Amino acid sequence: MENEIVISLKHLKKSFGDFTVLNDVNLEVYRGESVVLLGKSGTGKSVVLQNIVGLLYPDEGEVIVLKKNVPELEEEDLLELRKKIGFLFQSGALYDSMTLRENLEFPLRRHFKKLNDDEVNELVKEALDDVGLLPAIDKMPSELSGGMKKRAGLARTIILQPEIMLYDEPTTGLDPATSREISQLILKMQEKLKVSSLIITHDMECAKLTSDKIVVLNEGKIILTGTYEELSKSNDTFIKSFFTS
Amino acid sequence: MKENIIKKIKQFFIEVSDIFLFAGKYFEEVFKKPLELNETLKQFYYLGNNSLPLVSVTGLIIGLTLAIQLKPTMAKFGAESLIPNTLAIAVFREIGPVITALICAGKMGSGIGAELGSMKVSEQIAAMEVSSINPFKYLVVTRITAATLMVPLLVIYSNTLSLAGGYIATNLAGDMSLRLYWSKIFNSLYFEDIVPSTIKTFSFGFVIGLIGCYKGYNCSRGTESVGKAANSSVVMASFMVIFLDLIAVQISSILF
Repeated sequence: MENEIVISLKHLKKSFGDFTVLNDVNLEVYRGESVVLLGKSGTGKSVVLQNIVGLLYPDEGEVIVLKKNVPELEEEDLLELRKKIGFLFQSGALYDSMTLRENLEFPLRRHFKKLNDDEVNELVKEALDDVGLLPAIDKMPSELSGGMKKRAGLARTIILQPEIMLYDEPTTGLDPATSREISQLILKMQEKLKVSSLIITHDMECAKLTSDKIVVLNEGKIILTGTYEELSKSNDTFIKSFFTS
Repeated sequence: MKENIIKKIKQFFIEVSDIFLFAGKYFEEVFKKPLELNETLKQFYYLGNNSLPLVSVTGLIIGLTLAIQLKPTMAKFGAESLIPNTLAIAVFREIGPVITALICAGKMGSGIGAELGSMKVSEQIAAMEVSSINPFKYLVVTRITAATLMVPLLVIYSNTLSLAGGYIATNLAGDMSLRLYWSKIFNSLYFEDIVPSTIKTFSFGFVIGLIGCYKGYNCSRGTESVGKAANSSVVMASFMVIFLDLIAVQISSILF
């Protein structure tokens, strides 16, 4: 792990109407580090990710990603920055009018225009092979299971070789065995690509497998930071609730 | 009650201004690179192909029924021979463009609204955004352009079928040669019958695409909102077609 900070959230505040979702959130992710953001549903975990990629803008505070303050970026600069960030959506968010192959080719052809058809085909196959979906290359998203969709979403993200990966509840809605598979896949990708990761989850097994550090979010604030082992020894009832559920 | 009415009026004006901004963004983006020609052509084919059966049947039946309905009235004045002329003017100037546009508002508007709405709900639009692809350009601009260009073509096609339907109806109870029928039609049509009504069909296509895209693209989360987006696309696009027709008729009556 290096000392360069790739994501830095400083005094982040975000409200929707009268409802304050994030209230003074401070968070740092170092290059190559894997951070799990733990919290119950509806505590604003996804809002943190959306602020990092500029899908939402904070009411107050700074969101610095790869040394750039996201809310102050012009559209062109934001698009450039997003090329370096991979985002795995909860549902996989595959384009349902395209086959799996087309889903992967779509961003690749736009961002790497110099690649010829053979090179594109090779990269698509490699990415799908990495997630174990090569046999399903010509299937439509509607033909895939929930776990396969998430793996396909991961393949579509890693094919662009991002520096940062953001995972929005990667194991939610999956059975324990598939959840473990996805967690192991995240770990495999981290080791292969050496990316920095921010993983949102309330699945402790996923957190145990994938995290270097766990940050706990509750009522819009970071209440604790530590490793899985440190958190598992905590006497805090809120923290304990994650381990008992 | 009073507060509710004021709130609804306020919401209406907010929505109207949002639609204007949405249209403004379309014009801002339409000539920017990448032009997304492949996707525009794909949508052009898709929108046209999907609307073709309904437009064909409606066009033919409108011609048939109009000619059948015209016959007794025209017979009273001994003007049965003028049925093709009357039919051509009615179809080209008003009935063809408006009916076809209303059908397209139903077929294209709901299709675009539902498609973009479900893409929004299933985070596909957000996925495009975070992978540095401009979803407005790729999804909205292409669909609006395709609808703007496709509706006039469908109107011309539907008008032709209506006249063919008129010929069938004319010959059910009478006898008129195909040559005479078409020569009467071409003799009765002038520049002011064809050009202004064709120009207005571009605006019909534009609003159908615009409203469908606006409703779908701004769909809130939840599957229920997809249905609402599709439904309100049809209602609003149909209303806009009628409203634009009124304006177009006023303008063309002043100019021609």
